[in-house]
Order: sequence, then structure tokens, then C-alpha cells
Amino acid sequence: MIQAIVFFPLIGALIAGLLGRLIGHRTSEYITTGLLIAAAVLSWIVFAGFWFAPEAAEGAHGAEHAEILKVNVLEWIHSGGLELDWILRVDTLTAIMLVVVTTVSSLVHVYSIGYMAEDPHRSRFFAYLSLFTFAMLMLVTADNFLQMFFGWEGVGLASYLLIGFWYKKPSANAAAMKAFVVNRVGDFGFALGIFAAWVVLGHLDFDGAFHAVPEHAEETMRFLSWDVHAMTVVCLLLFMGAMGKSAQFLLHTWLPDAMEGPTPVSALIHAATMVTAGVFMVARLSPMFEVSPFAMTTVLIIGAITAFFAATVGLVQNDIKRVIAYSTCSQLGYMFVALGAGVYSAGVFHLFTHAFFKALLFLGAGSVIHAMHHEQDMRNMGGLAKKIPITYWMMIIGTLALTGVGIPGTSLGFAGFFSKDAIIEVAYSVGGSAGQFAFWLLVIAALFTSFYSWRLIHLTFHGKPRNAASHDAHGHDDHAHAAHAADDHADHGHGHGSAYDNAHESPRVMLVPLYILAAGAVLAGVVFHELFFGHAEHIIHFFQGSVVVTEAAIDAAHDVPTWVKWSATVAMVLGFVAAWYMYIRDPAMPKRVAETNPGLYKFLLNKWYFDELYDRIFVRPALYIGRALWKGFDDWLVDQTIVEGLGHRVKDVTARVVKLQSGYLYHYAFAMLIGIAALLTWAIAAGGLMG
Amino acid sequence: MNLSANLLTVITFLPTVGALLLLFVPGRSEASTNLVRWIALVVTLLTLVLSLYLWAQFDPKNAGFQFVEDFDWIGTSIGYRMGVDGISVLFIPLTTLLMPAVVISAWGSVTTRVKEYMIVFLVLETFMIGAFATLDLAIFYVFFEGTLIPMFLIIGIWGGSRRIQATYKFFFYSFTGTVLMLLAIMFMFWQAGTLDIQELLKFKFAPEVQTWLWLGFFASFAVKMPMWPFHRWLPEAHVEAPTGGSVILAAILLKLGGYGFIRFSIAMFPDASQMFAPFVFTLSIAAIIFTSLIALVQTDIKKLIAYSSVAHMGFVTMGIFAGNVMGIQGALFQMISHGIVSGALFLCVGVVYDRMHTREIEAYGGLVSRMPAYAVIFMVFTMANVGLPGTSGFVGEFLTMLAVFQVNTWVAFFAAFGVILSACYALWLYRRVVFGALTKENLKAILDIDRREAIVLVPLLVLTILFGFYPAPILDATAASVQLVADNFANAVGAVAPVAAAAH
Repeated sequence: MIQAIVFFPLIGALIAGLLGRLIGHRTSEYITTGLLIAAAVLSWIVFAGFWFAPEAAEGAHGAEHAEILKVNVLEWIHSGGLELDWILRVDTLTAIMLVVVTTVSSLVHVYSIGYMAEDPHRSRFFAYLSLFTFAMLMLVTADNFLQMFFGWEGVGLASYLLIGFWYKKPSANAAAMKAFVVNRVGDFGFALGIFAAWVVLGHLDFDGAFHAVPEHAEETMRFLSWDVHAMTVVCLLLFMGAMGKSAQFLLHTWLPDAMEGPTPVSALIHAATMVTAGVFMVARLSPMFEVSPFAMTTVLIIGAITAFFAATVGLVQNDIKRVIAYSTCSQLGYMFVALGAGVYSAGVFHLFTHAFFKALLFLGAGSVIHAMHHEQDMRNMGGLAKKIPITYWMMIIGTLALTGVGIPGTSLGFAGFFSKDAIIEVAYSVGGSAGQFAFWLLVIAALFTSFYSWRLIHLTFHGKPRNAASHDAHGHDDHAHAAHAADDHADHGHGHGSAYDNAHESPRVMLVPLYILAAGAVLAGVVFHELFFGHAEHIIHFFQGSVVVTEAAIDAAHDVPTWVKWSATVAMVLGFVAAWYMYIRDPAMPKRVAETNPGLYKFLLNKWYFDELYDRIFVRPALYIGRALWKGFDDWLVDQTIVEGLGHRVKDVTARVVKLQSGYLYHYAFAMLIGIAALLTWAIAAGGLMG
Repeated sequence: MNLSANLLTVITFLPTVGALLLLFVPGRSEASTNLVRWIALVVTLLTLVLSLYLWAQFDPKNAGFQFVEDFDWIGTSIGYRMGVDGISVLFIPLTTLLMPAVVISAWGSVTTRVKEYMIVFLVLETFMIGAFATLDLAIFYVFFEGTLIPMFLIIGIWGGSRRIQATYKFFFYSFTGTVLMLLAIMFMFWQAGTLDIQELLKFKFAPEVQTWLWLGFFASFAVKMPMWPFHRWLPEAHVEAPTGGSVILAAILLKLGGYGFIRFSIAMFPDASQMFAPFVFTLSIAAIIFTSLIALVQTDIKKLIAYSSVAHMGFVTMGIFAGNVMGIQGALFQMISHGIVSGALFLCVGVVYDRMHTREIEAYGGLVSRMPAYAVIFMVFTMANVGLPGTSGFVGEFLTMLAVFQVNTWVAFFAAFGVILSACYALWLYRRVVFGALTKENLKAILDIDRREAIVLVPLLVLTILFGFYPAPILDATAASVQLVADNFANAVGAVAPVAAAAH
């Protein structure tokens, strides 16, 4: 069964990719989508086995490690003590990821049939989507570091291909390359982490490595020029890979640009699945991270900073997809906070719920963009609720789930309510300065989340329509426009057959996936809460040792003061009210705020100037050094000065001594060879005589 | 005559027989030119089949030399000796695999002096196979050095506009290096009394002697690889060489250097190798980082790939001098993989060069619109060049870096930058050539790859992916011999240290 889940998408990708022209677009779409749905159904069956695992499996001492399903596929790299094979491994953590990946992927496949209906390269698109799914499944079923790395790079490749799918757009090509390269910076750490794990633990298969962790927990190793705690080095290097893939602070710059890809891609890859690979990795490697408090704290702090940073940038973006992209970045930060706090199940829980509501939001945004004929700037939208009511309500559900609407202390709430609040409680329970730091950043981020989410809803669906025609007619500069994003241009907007007038609800093939995801966004929290973040023994039973579950940490998180439990909800309400006040009650206010704080506004709008900074300190110096090495060292010093200089000297000398130059280089060549032969003969003869 | 007993001789000299045959094809008419091509193709394919048979018959469990032929020539010191072990055996099918590709790719693109072109390439094939298959140092030297002449002619006759300068540099560098190697070889003879490689492998050279011998061989192999900073001839030679020349140069000739490092430097001069390892690591790192940065700013497609070859060879030298099993095996794998991938990349460049007659990156853009099949093939090889897991490019890079991490973390740390930089230059190249809108007038009628080009590229593509997922054929064949080399190296190095400590 597991082979079917993993290889169905590959088969689909190969059929659509290689035979796409032969069998036609429609057939390719149906084949890939059908195979994906089959894989999704099988995944749920696998997952159900873990969900309803009989109590007996817990046993007297079997609770820790239930049997792990492993399927050996092929031998891979065997060299000098290293034995790596292709093995599909399924435990609870993998099963969760299987469900997330195949469900969202199959829904995105279905949705894309509608969304991409007019694209001339649909077979290629579906081939890429299925290829991505295959790579992602290889990642989550990996049984060793290297297979994980394979999946890791495979999803990177698929992401590269899909971001750059519209290859005629220079911005899409640039974004695709940026995504790949920034991820490679993370992989730099990941690769070194794998090497370090091999040196320290002596194993690259997960089980072997985890078993070896206790005996190496206190070891130090020489890394570069310093003797440092071995497991800390390993974990931090591996975490660098996670930071790249999950777009954490400092390596986040590629994610917003990745929105250049078609919107279904953003939903699948840049929201629900690929970007959560980093979270998955840390959860998978939890036995290793557990022995390095320093690495755990780093994860916690990086996560908290990301959650906060991305939320601040999300406040002022005008592109509907970019707002959601920064939101994704921010929510990934939440997940890492849970991991850093040692409550891995909470992080995985948020990964699980987030997949549903973020995919819903992205596909909903796609529906808006589809309706508006590929308009993505929210300043040109407004009042769409009447035009596309179904999409509107779906987006509302997604927003309620993202902002975490629910009543603390009860089981009433949307998906995000359970998982996000769990993380905030976990952060508080960590205590210490790091815990406090993370807690407060997360609460503020929750406020911002609520604000930018409702801002998006208000700008897109409420108020009066503002469309492209009026926008252009004004010719304000960008910043001014952003400042009064809510400014009312409606008076000028009508009568041109504008995008607003032509806006239309999406076809059913696009809406059905929204319904399913909406159901997930509503129910995923309440149904699965107990398994991921309920009583410790339930969590232990559910995860069966696939991630570390520390009872004390879970209990501590449950025992936080009541005000902490309410903090996220209060922040959410404050954000909602602020958004309502600024975009509905007093739409001129955002402009005033921006004008009174121009520095801060520009700082946020330009994403803390990270792109400019990296361009200055990495890109340009690299090109400069490259040119210097090329023109200066290679061409001038080595070639012209040394080699040709030497040549000239030799020529000067020979010209004076002999006049045997025939002008044909190969005469020299043969002369040289004869000379060698003579020399060699002499040498042998002389040597022979001497010997 | 038993085929197995003389298999290496047959494989080595079959191409020369083919070349002799071509001498008898009269005239320059279209028909006789075609006959020349067909003869060359049949001969190279036959050689390929025989070399695959060699690979199939090769016993991977046996670490020693197989298919040995041993005839004395000048006393017992120099002889006609042939034989392969796990270090050398795979280079022979690699060579014979790429030769038919070269012949086919020349079908349409080489139209002047076709007969001479094929003769020169067939002779070159003999020299290359001979260099890998011989077990006598003197013969090795002759073959190793002999490869210079056909390559010299290939660039000088069928090359581009600055070909004379390129050949001059090519010859200058290579020859300077090999003269020093020749001195080392003569010295070895005086020391050991034989040039039989099997005997030399058992002979223990004194450590201080090793130092000088090592340097002599290093001069030759470092240029051949090429290692930074002795690489300057390579971009020049690649740019001027015709497609077939570039393919052979990148895929096979460079590997002679890596082969030599393993066969001679590591195996015969272990103490010196140990002593010079940090030096080699430094140059390898410089190759990986510096030449990658240079590749980043190239404007000529071939030059970019040439510089990237230098960077990839940096992984090879790094792995070899890590001195452990993974390092050497990784280096061998990297060489085979690079042979396939870089050969294919130069063939890909040849495809567009034949159509547009320019190698300037600026002249292209948006090819995917007109050449979708080409775009896919080029993408696979680009990714293999980047070292994506699932392509053959990954396995070698991974093993060499893992190996060197155990020896020196600094080296692995710097080498890992290659992972980032290779993505930068390769994807940027791809983006500028293949992606984007097709706006240039003269590109609008460009045709996708034809059947002949597909016949050449698709098998290489299949191998690239196959060895990425299932590298066992290569790793198994090399395992036993590499183990032996690594053990001997460890013993020699480990044995010396206590002695040195004990010596007062």
C-alpha cells in the first residue's frame, strides 16, 4: 500500500510529462488527479490505523516504540561502512504527513483543472505537481538522512520548476532561481549536518542514529577550529537546512517571491506542504534535538523572531498572495517555537491544521484572482463579497481558522484556535527569558495576524470596488497608494467594463476543493486536539515514539495561568477591532498612520530591506570577486604575465640561437615526442647498465 | 586466440585498426565521407560492446589486476603489460561510450576533412584506453603523453578562430608538467629497477624520495585535472575545440589526472601524499570556490561549463587525498559521473552552436518555446551538474565531502560552498539560455533536437538518472580495489608515524 501511495504520483508525473502531448491535456489531468486521489484515500486508510490504534498496542512497555512499517525498495549507496538504501518508513509522524500531503495535493490537482483551464502547458503543470508530490512523499517516508535529503532537494527542484512555470516572465524566473539558491544555502548546513551526524553517531539511518544518541550525548567534537558539544553542532547544522526550506528568519527571502508561481502551487508547496518540511525534519529528529538545549533554544528564538517579523511585514503588503505568504512564514515560526519548546506534537498539530486553512486561503485567493482576471493587487479590489459570495465565505472560514477564533476553556473553535493557542501556552510554559521572549512575540504576532487577515478581507471583499482603471488614472506613486490603500477611488472606477464588473464566481471544480478544505479548517482542531495536545498519555499512545513526547512539558503547558490561555484570544479580538476601525470605520486612517511614520512604513513595506542587504553583502561581492579572479588572476596574472611572458622569453632566446622554426606547431609536437622516446631509451639503457 | 586473454589489447588497438582502415577509403566524395563515418561508428560501437563485455566479465570481488597480459620487452624492466583493477576498469567503458557519441555528433557538424577527423579521434581512443589499461609505467607515459598529439591536432585543425593560441597553451601546460613526471619516472626506475606497475606498487620508496617523486607526478596530473591554479589552459582549449574535442577533453582526458593520482600518488607515495594532503585540500577548495565564482560571471557557455569542470574536479582531488574508502570511491564515482554529465553538457552546447554558431549566452534566451525537448534534456544535465540527489552528480560529491569531513572539517565546510555556487552558476546559465521570452529574431526559426542528437543524448540522460538512483554498478566494481588502496595507504601512513616517533 505504501508503495502505491508514494509511486502513484511518480507514475502520474511520468505519464503527463513524457506522454502529455500524445494523450492530450485533458487525459493528463485526469490521470494525474485520479492517481493522486487514490493515493490520498490510501493515506487516510494508513492514517486511520494509527488514529484508532488499539489500546493493546500500548502494552505494558510497548508504548514507547510500536512497530514501524518499513518497505525496502532498492539498494542505494554502499561505500566503506556506509550502507544507505531506499526504504519507505511509516510511523505516526509519517502517516500524518502522508495525509496532509496527499489530501492537499489531490485537492490542488482538482482545483487546477479549473484554474489552469486556459493554459497551453497544462500537461507539464500537472506533471510538475505530481513530481512534487512524489518528492515530498519520499521526504516524509525517508528512513535515513540521505533519502530525506533526496526528497528535500526533489521538492526544491519541483518548486523551482513550478515557480518558474510561466517562463516568459522574467520575475518568475528570478524568483524560481532565488528559491532554489536560498534553499541551497540551507542545504549547505543540512549537508554538513549529515556529515557531522555520521562522524558523531556512526549511523545515517534514523533508528541507528537515534539509538546512538544517548551514548554520544555528552561528547564534544572538533568542528572547524573549536571543540564544541557534538550534538549541538549536528542539530544546529541540520536546523540550518530546516530554516532554508521553511523560510525562517534570515533565509525567508525566497518565499514571498515564490508567489510568482501559479496560485495552486502556492497553496500546495508554499503553504501546506513543502515549507513545512523543516518542521517535519526537526520533529523527526526530535531524539537528537532533545540532547542539545542550546539547539532547542535556538529553534525557539528563531521561530519566535520569524513569527513576529513576518507578521509585521504582512501588515502593509498590497499583493493578496504576498500577505498570505508572509502569514505562512509567520505561522511556520509558531511551529518552530513549539518544537524548540520540546512539545513536538504541538508543532506537528499546527502543521496539520495550518495545511487545511492556509491551503484554503490560498485557493480562495486564487479564486479571487481568477475572478478578477489575474489581478492580485488588493488596492484594485474591494466589494467583491457580492460578486463572488461562495469564495467570500470560504475566505471568511479560512480567516477565522487562521486567526484562531474560539472560546478558551471549551472545545468550541476553529482549527487554528486549538493549535495556535496550544503553541502560545507552550511558549509561556518554557519560562526563562527565552520563553518569555517567545511568548510575547507570539502574542503580538497573533494580534498582527488577526489584523492583516481582516485587512485582507476588508480590502478585497468589503467596501466599494476600486479597480485598475481608477488606479492608473491617478498615477500616484506606489507608497502613497499603499498608504491610503483603503482610500476610496470608487467614484472614478465605474463604467470601463472593469475587472470588478466582469468578476465571476469560479467553476465548481474549483469550489469543491474549497468546501473540503473549509471542512478541515473548521474541524481539524476539535477532532484531533486530543491526539496532538490532549492528555500526555493520549499523545504518547498516538505518536508511538515517532516524536519525543515529554509528559512534564505537556503538563506544564496545560497548567499555564488563565490569562495566558486568554492572551491569544484577546490579541485576536484586538487585531480584528483594529482592522475594522482602520479599514471600515475610518478608511483614511491607514494613510495618516503611514504618513506620520514614513520610516517605519517603508521599513515594513520593503520587508526590513533584507533583499537589498543580501544583494549588497552576498550577490554583488560574489560577482565582483568572480570578475576579479577571472580578469585579474586568471587572465592577467597567470595567462598574460606568467605563461605568455615565459613564452616570449623562450622565443627570444631560441630566435637568437636557432632558426629552425617551421611555423607548424605539430612539427614541434612530433619532435618532442621523438625526443621523449630517445630520452626514455637512454634512461632505460643507462639505468640497465648501472643496475 | 582466446578473446579473454587478450581482451584489453583488442579493445585498446581496435580503434587504431579502424583508423588504418580509414586510410584506405579513397576520395572526398560525399559517399566516401559517409563510408568514413559509418566505419568510425561501427568501430567505436564494436569497441563499446567489447568494453561492456570486459565490465561484465570483471570480477568485482577481486581487488587485484585482472585480464593481465605480461610480455617483457626491454629486459624485464619495461614490458608490454596490460591489466585492469577496480580503479581503472570503469574508465574504459566510459571512454568507449563517449566515442560513438562523438562520432555521431560530428555527423552533421564536421564537414571538412572528415576522414582525418575520424582517424585522429580513433587514434586518441587507443591512447586513452591504453593509458588506463597498461601496467607498465613507461607505456603509461607514452600513452598519457600521446593523447596530447591527437587533441592538439583536433583543436588546431577543427577549432575556432583563436585555436593556435589555445593549442599552444594546451601543449605548454601539459608538456611542462609531463617533463617533470618523466624525470620522476626515470628516478623510480633507478630506485626500483623496474617500471612494472605491479612491482612498483609493492616497492617502498623512502619518504624523502617520495616527496620529490610526488611533486614530479603532481606537476603532470595537476595540470591534467586541472587543479587551480594550473587550469587556465582548459577554458581556452574548450572554447576553441570542436564539440567532439570538448567532450573527450572534459569527459576522459581530465580523468587521466585523477586516475594517476590514485594509481601512483596515493598508492606509491603514501607518505608524501599524507604530507601534501593539506596542500592539495587548499588547492581543491580554491578550485571549488574560486572557479565557481569565475563561472558565475562568464559570458560564453562553453567557458562557463569548462570552469565548472575545474570546480567539480576539485571534489575529486579532495576526495582522493582524504585517503579513505569513501573519499577515493567518491572521487572515482565523481569522475565517471562528470564524464557522462560534462560530456553531455558540451554536446548540448554543440546542439545550439550548430544552429546559431555562437556560444555567447547573450545571444540566446527563451529556447524552451521552440525547443521543449532540448530544454528537458538540458535541464536534467544542468541539475546533475548542480549535484541534485537522484542524479549521478550527487553521489560523488556527497561521498567526497563526507569522507573529507572525517579528515578535516574546515575542508568540508569550504567545499560545501560549492553546493551553493554550483546552483548559482548552472541555474543562471539555464535561465538565460532556455527560459524567458523568445524575442531574438534569429532564434525564432530554431529547431528542436533531431533524431541523431537524441540518439546521442538520451542514453547519457538515462545513465545520469540511473546512476543517481542505483549507483551500485559503479560502487560495486570499485569497492574491493579501493579498499585495498585505502588500507595500504592507512597502513603506510600509520606505520611511518610511530617509526618517526621512535627514531630518537
